[in-house]
Amino acid sequence: MPQRFRDAEHLVRLVLLMFVGVLLFLVIRTFFVPADFGEFGHFRAGTLQDIRNLPLHYASRGSCGEADCHEEEAAALASDTHAKVGCESCHGALAAHAADPKLAKAATVEANVLCARCHASLAARPKDFPQVEIETHREGEGECTECHDSHEPTS
Amino acid sequence: MSLDRREFLAKGTMFLLLTGAASRAWAFIEQGRPQDAPDYDIALHWWAMYIDIEKCIGCGRCVDACKVENDVLPEAYYSRTWVERYIIPPIDPADPMAEILPIVDSPNAGRDGFPAVPAIAGAKSFFVPKLCNHCADSPCTQVCPVGATFRGPDGVVLIDKTWCVGCRYCIQACPYGCRYFDPRTNTADKCTLCYHRITKGLTTACCEVCPTQARVLGNLRNPDDPIHQLLKEHNVQVLKPNLATGAKVSYNGLDGAVR
Repeated sequence: MPQRFRDAEHLVRLVLLMFVGVLLFLVIRTFFVPADFGEFGHFRAGTLQDIRNLPLHYASRGSCGEADCHEEEAAALASDTHAKVGCESCHGALAAHAADPKLAKAATVEANVLCARCHASLAARPKDFPQVEIETHREGEGECTECHDSHEPTS
Repeated sequence: MSLDRREFLAKGTMFLLLTGAASRAWAFIEQGRPQDAPDYDIALHWWAMYIDIEKCIGCGRCVDACKVENDVLPEAYYSRTWVERYIIPPIDPADPMAEILPIVDSPNAGRDGFPAVPAIAGAKSFFVPKLCNHCADSPCTQVCPVGATFRGPDGVVLIDKTWCVGCRYCIQACPYGCRYFDPRTNTADKCTLCYHRITKGLTTACCEVCPTQARVLGNLRNPDDPIHQLLKEHNVQVLKPNLATGAKVSYNGLDGAVR
């Protein structure tokens, strides 16, 4: 066989080595890349389930007004302007309480701070949103709740 | 039994390949898969949010709820959502060409509400709640060198924290500044659109506590979702539309000064 290059076997060996190298890479890759990588795109599909399994902290408003629970408060809330305000918007995250009412209790709400958070007068607030100058509106040192019922604020 | 080199290579390769195939099959069996979950069909969802600036009162309950729900560090820098207050001074009739610089503040990311500031005569002022826009063509996922962050088939941009190497490239790439580096896990972190809630039929924590319904989560693949009506009835705009990120958070009443 006529030799086109001097020591052509060296080249054959090199090509073989490269082939083995690529093969080795592919084999090692199957071990290190998770099986579900690339199922939905360039990521590990199992991570969607991992993130779904994170714990809940807010129980959502649907879980408060059931019979024998906070039926009365939920009915009062639904009857007035605060109807669309979620329970946990004021009372805080209470998924633990919804799961076991005996174990976790709602934090006490400091009304003056909480009411002012939404209803203190600010120029940036929408003009039609009910706002008051807290200092002049409050007569004396009283709590907001002395005059207003937070569940039925306009009653 | 004697093997020459060729035979050894052939048999060895075959053995290795078969082991690889078996390990792949086993991993499939072991893994819990989202599309197998009984109550959530990933193919029937395309999540988006509608934010009404005309309804936002800047109470910051959303910022607080997000931190609590998702175990986010308390400092303002680590915020998956935050509220900005814009104060835009009026045009000066004596010099209408002068550049108008909006004054933007967000004390503690807006978590404790906003203090009253001295009024500027004739200025307009409003609140802008911000969060990850869950872009359809997100710049942040395109730059990830390892495939740790991605836009899922239901349109939510997420991070695989077991896969992230913490290179911070995505934090630089996000044009909305929605990502931060979590020093506890040494990975990038961001809004998950409360993926653990919305896949169970609940709304996000920020939408749950919003007292004025300034934030509304919606599934655009559901023709009966109220978000379609909201998007139809209002003149909505996304942030930085010129970047063509395919942002899915639509704002009603968005002023051109908002960046």
